[in-house]
Amino acid sequence: MTTPLLEVESLSVSYGKVEAVHGVSIRAGEGRIVSVIGPNGAGKTTLLGAIMGLLPSRGTIRYLGEPLAGASVEERVGRGLVLVPEKRELFASMTVGDNLALGAFARRRDGEAATRRSLDEVYGRFPRLAERRDQLAGTLSGGERQMLALGRALMGRPKLLMLDEPSLGLAPLIVREIFSIIVGLRAAGVSILLIEQNARAALQVSDDGYVLETGELVLSGPSAELAADPKVAATYLGQGAGH
Amino acid sequence: MDLPIVALLAQDGITNGAIYALLALALVLVFAVTRVIWVPSGEFLAYGTLTLAGLQLGKASGIAGLLAGMAVVAGAMEAWRSIGDGEARRLPARLALWTGLPLAIAAALYFIAPLQPPFFVQILLALTAVTALGPLLYRIAFQPVAEASVLVLLIVAVAVHFALVGLGLWFFGAEGSRTPPFTSASFELGGVTVSGQSVLVVATSIALIFALALFFNRTLYGRALRATAVNRVGARLAGISPGFAGTLTFTLGALMCAFCGVLIGPITTVYYDSGFLISLKGFVGAIFGGLVTYPAAAAGSLLVGVLESFSSFWASAFKEVIVFTLIIPVLLWLSLTTQHHEEDE
Repeated sequence: MTTPLLEVESLSVSYGKVEAVHGVSIRAGEGRIVSVIGPNGAGKTTLLGAIMGLLPSRGTIRYLGEPLAGASVEERVGRGLVLVPEKRELFASMTVGDNLALGAFARRRDGEAATRRSLDEVYGRFPRLAERRDQLAGTLSGGERQMLALGRALMGRPKLLMLDEPSLGLAPLIVREIFSIIVGLRAAGVSILLIEQNARAALQVSDDGYVLETGELVLSGPSAELAADPKVAATYLGQGAGH
Repeated sequence: MDLPIVALLAQDGITNGAIYALLALALVLVFAVTRVIWVPSGEFLAYGTLTLAGLQLGKASGIAGLLAGMAVVAGAMEAWRSIGDGEARRLPARLALWTGLPLAIAAALYFIAPLQPPFFVQILLALTAVTALGPLLYRIAFQPVAEASVLVLLIVAVAVHFALVGLGLWFFGAEGSRTPPFTSASFELGGVTVSGQSVLVVATSIALIFALALFFNRTLYGRALRATAVNRVGARLAGISPGFAGTLTFTLGALMCAFCGVLIGPITTVYYDSGFLISLKGFVGAIFGGLVTYPAAAAGSLLVGVLESFSSFWASAFKEVIVFTLIIPVLLWLSLTTQHHEEDE
């Protein structure tokens, strides 16, 4: 087996004295969509925060075969590890075009032409952003904001794109659109680590899955198997779980 | 009071107001990006004037010593950090930037000053030297506590202010300095005498403000600073490091304050401790914009300048009282019109 893109081993994260994630190990392979599902408060966002370097953690995180310890958030971004956070964290008082341009900040040494190419690519993938390029990010609808957050992340040419609840607060139609974009990204060679409460959609699009509950991994395996697991089906895909 | 006097007072007020506006913009910029209330901005202004005055006499040992001292401290901090993080291989590049570059500027100043270069070159030298102090100060005093609350940053800023006043006395001496006017030309405009000096100050301020606007709207680095001001987490996730943004911001802020120092030199005698009172007036101007809005800060500063100049005519003993009392109605107005934001982070 080749080295996976991202290898997290017995990672623990604490807020003060309270440990929110206990010894979690996950792997994200090249060219795959890996999903982490679980209820609210299971520690999913905390896990991503630690991988991104936003939160201090114990355990090892290896990315492209090298340990990430000591690398700042910005250095991780520069190495192609990019997070689209749950709150999107856009630059609300700046234009869509400015937001996207800043997504390429870590790659500014690649030159103007490379940025231009990425920008055309993002606009090609999200025609709605192209229409709104001079509009302020704060005036966009929820779905457009998510697209802008995705677009800004793609401007950094991620090798591993981490998405935190990309469907949160969006209308079902837009959720479908976002998930089809995610599948399209995998086809374009971007590996994805997807955190979702919408377990049904997440397991449908992903190759591998992990179930996180109260900070601990309870199940893992190929997504199709997870979806067929009676426990997962009852807890996460049960009746009325059609949101 | 007749028209010539009104015109004269207005001219004085607008000239000073233009300088306060530059200071106010520097304060807003530094606060927006780093959340530091930049109390020591006035010291940078004073250093600007005193450095230029020193260069007039062919001396630059004060500023060169200050720069060299801060460069050594910053270099030691970089060495400590690099070794602590196990990144010794990056140390040479960091030392070149934090110690080598400022030392080179200090040396250049020290050796060029006795040659008595032309006035224009002296101004450039003074601006370069004082601007170089900005990032050094950020590195030494603010970067280590960059994630602290606004209150902690304010306390550090006050401490830095006192330290810089003391260092100013040590390196520049207790004598006040005044620099010669840039021009002695004056002309008549509708029966009113306008001094070329005033026009030059106002024009320079406007040009600098315009250049900054271009920088923030057109360049990637300018937009990166705005992004950091708007959303710090978002900026980090886009790969903009807070340390980088802070360093760049303090460089720009120092440049603006040094400019103020150069502009104010011919107008008033500046002592090592004169900066604080001047920067407070810029602060009152910045409060007009709630410390976040650039145009309101600039307009407020102009008003401060004009008010100061007229009150020095009518009630010169109460000049400062009147100017600083202005902050009360402004704060009342702001507290009534803006919603309160919880401090995030």
